[in-house]
Amino acid sequence: MFRKCLWQRVLLVLLAVAATLAMDIDDARAEYGDIVINNYSDAAGMRPAIFPHWFHRVRFRCKVCHADLGFKFKAGGNEINMVKIIDGQYCGACHNGELAWSVENCNLCHSAKPGTQTQVHESTVQKLAPATLQKK
Amino acid sequence: MRESTSQADFWRRALVVLALLASAGVSGSDWESLNKDGIHDPRSPAIQQLQQPADALSKLTPDTAGNMVRWVQSLEKGEINPRANIRPDTKIRVYDSDVLLNLKGGMPIVRFPHRQHTLWLDCVNCHDQLFKAEAGATKFSMLKILEGEQCGVCHGAVSFPLTECFRCHSVARPGQAPRPSLPIAIPSGAVPPK
Repeated sequence: MFRKCLWQRVLLVLLAVAATLAMDIDDARAEYGDIVINNYSDAAGMRPAIFPHWFHRVRFRCKVCHADLGFKFKAGGNEINMVKIIDGQYCGACHNGELAWSVENCNLCHSAKPGTQTQVHESTVQKLAPATLQKK
Repeated sequence: MRESTSQADFWRRALVVLALLASAGVSGSDWESLNKDGIHDPRSPAIQQLQQPADALSKLTPDTAGNMVRWVQSLEKGEINPRANIRPDTKIRVYDSDVLLNLKGGMPIVRFPHRQHTLWLDCVNCHDQLFKAEAGATKFSMLKILEGEQCGVCHGAVSFPLTECFRCHSVARPGQAPRPSLPIAIPSGAVPPK
């Protein structure tokens, strides 16, 4: 009798833990500061591009891109397109086959789920402001 | 006797299972793998090639928010050595001066350290578009910051998030109890604005 009772209790605890873990599965839980850029990708039939801040800041200080290369602090606000990148501007300053892998590796940047909106993932603005506000 | 041993055994096993589940939960919540992070397309060939966040970030000084990494400490300890320029003629500027802000508010005073900021950023990133260079000339607002302006351009987007109130509001006013903050020394000689 005691044995059965014990099993039931343990089962309940396990279920509670499993439920807590499962609740997280549906949420987008990408890294803090991951940028999705979908200015033109969806329309061009490409996956939206993802820029992982964490990966780049291990290797470069913010000033390299945001001062030297002229990236504005605004997700999707730089009007980056592939012509500019191939011309050596923006991402193309490094992604040229010398400093970093070159633009033939389309899929390495264009790796987001189709339809993912331009965003700063996990940002306060994303959490607090309605989606319409973020688009401006 | 025998029954109590098997009971103890059972509880030990149950505890191990729970601990494993809990630790899976904890490590999962630190750095999600790319194929499960909700924004990467699990069918994208990139998943197999790109570095996983846990690979890079688990080796750095841990934090409790944001990327779960204390980026400034990690840089100062030499755990990472990010390049400061890619153009050889770029002048690398680091400025060491503290500014005290929010002198009249109810929250503890804000100590803004230029040095830690200029390790990462250049002067032109903030001055004079986001903040006037003259101390005291910029009117700060937590509402604007929460909306992603002023400090909120970075804090709440890439640098430590806005939930960490006392990392900025770090200097207790007279009579105010000191608040838990980062375990870093606060240098003396901070300059209040006029």
